[in-house]
Amino acid sequence: MDLIWEGLRKALELLLALDPEVLRITWLSLQVSGVATLISLALGLSVAVALALNEFPGKRLIIALLNTGMGLPPVVVGLFVTVLLWRNGPLGSLGILYTPSAMILAQAIIASPIIAGISLAALQHLPPGLRLQILALGASRPQMVWLLIKEARLPLLAAVMAGFGGVISEVGASIMVGGNIKGQTRVLTTATVMETGKGNFDVAIALSLILLVLAFSVNALLTHLQQRGRRP
Amino acid sequence: MNRSTILRWGLTLATALSSTLLPAAPPAQKVLILATTTSTQDSGLLDELIPRFEKQTGYAVKTIAVGSGQAIAMGKRGEADVLLVHSPEAEKALVAEGSGVNRRIIMHNDFILLGPPADPAGILKRTAQESLQRIAAAKATFLSRGDNSGTHAMEVKLWKAAGIPFEGQAWYQQTGQGMGQTLAIAAEKKAYTLSDRGTYLALQKKLGLAILHEGDPSLRNVYHVIEVNPARFPKVNTAGARAFADFMVSKDVQARIKEFGIATFGSPLFFPDAGTPE
Repeated sequence: MDLIWEGLRKALELLLALDPEVLRITWLSLQVSGVATLISLALGLSVAVALALNEFPGKRLIIALLNTGMGLPPVVVGLFVTVLLWRNGPLGSLGILYTPSAMILAQAIIASPIIAGISLAALQHLPPGLRLQILALGASRPQMVWLLIKEARLPLLAAVMAGFGGVISEVGASIMVGGNIKGQTRVLTTATVMETGKGNFDVAIALSLILLVLAFSVNALLTHLQQRGRRP
Repeated sequence: MNRSTILRWGLTLATALSSTLLPAAPPAQKVLILATTTSTQDSGLLDELIPRFEKQTGYAVKTIAVGSGQAIAMGKRGEADVLLVHSPEAEKALVAEGSGVNRRIIMHNDFILLGPPADPAGILKRTAQESLQRIAAAKATFLSRGDNSGTHAMEVKLWKAAGIPFEGQAWYQQTGQGMGQTLAIAAEKKAYTLSDRGTYLALQKKLGLAILHEGDPSLRNVYHVIEVNPARFPKVNTAGARAFADFMVSKDVQARIKEFGIATFGSPLFFPDAGTPE
């Protein structure tokens, strides 16, 4: 218990002193997971819209695969991305292994199915007649899609939060494809693992608390967007 | 919320994220991948040496701290440029097989047998071999790294030398984790374990483990630097690997290794060895 208080004190200390190393890894965590979430939103939402608006054979199988993908283990993603990105591997010419770009790639693979799966459920939950109604009022197809997305914005923002939460908190993929390199690919989760390994439990707890505060801030912002304009 | 609000938020976020996104990557020939063991990172030695090397030479070092087993496997696939490892048998195999060249000795410390201060198996003041036999006879919990690291390789060698069937025994447990984590688990479970002295000294104050056996010549822990063979893997940064290996055996660095840890832990963590026979 003492250790947790000590960690809390350490966290305040590191934050108040604006420790440059801590600020850098906090900022990098936000950048990597933020960009990965944006990419996943673009990808996931497109897939969800395509699946929600079209009927074709094998659709259920694809949805089942997508829902399974929501539970993709980060270490599995990390392992495959590492092997693909090795300099003697199939995508080695990109030269992005052990860079933030590789971490964004791995995290986007983790978050995309999460966002796609929840978005699809959100879109499918809309009243089936809504689409026809919108089209009957003379909307073009893109306008119709936009209106549907607007209509489902509450669960869609929940999808973004779930996707972001999934990647900001994962360590398995980040440590493998990023390498936890100081000043380059060290993020809050990988630094926490390393400090624990070093026996610096107070620093590790401090980093965990900073991670929680960061996750809370981002989610508070998204919740604000989500709940705005709703009457009590 | 209307369309323009979402767009505005999205754009602000995207700009904020991408404008400062990721410092431009250094050109490839200036990047050096160092695969090494957790003990060099967890003890803090690399944090002291790497920035100095980068400043002197201009290389950007990507330090991948994993077990020696994985580090050597990366060398074998040409996925690292230079290795700093402590698993002599596996290192010799790597050089013999042609993936590693120019293996040079850097430093040593030693392995120590740790356990709960109460020492239920009674191994204090025994030889390494007797200690292990007593642990096995008492069925006292022994924690193995179980991760093909240099420490794990040494431990397996010791069990074999003591003639004890250890695999699959209930008292023999594998953590599959790094040295720091394994020491923490050993402390919690009041178990015996084998550690390199550097990591132990760095963590000592947080652990309730006592050194129960040390000083046996069979427990020497030697670190070597190995360059990955560019003739086999064309993508290896040959000049960088050579520069790093030369840096590690340089007088200045060897003097720093000798001093490292004295101020913080009261005794050195590693002893420089460059130029001496193994």
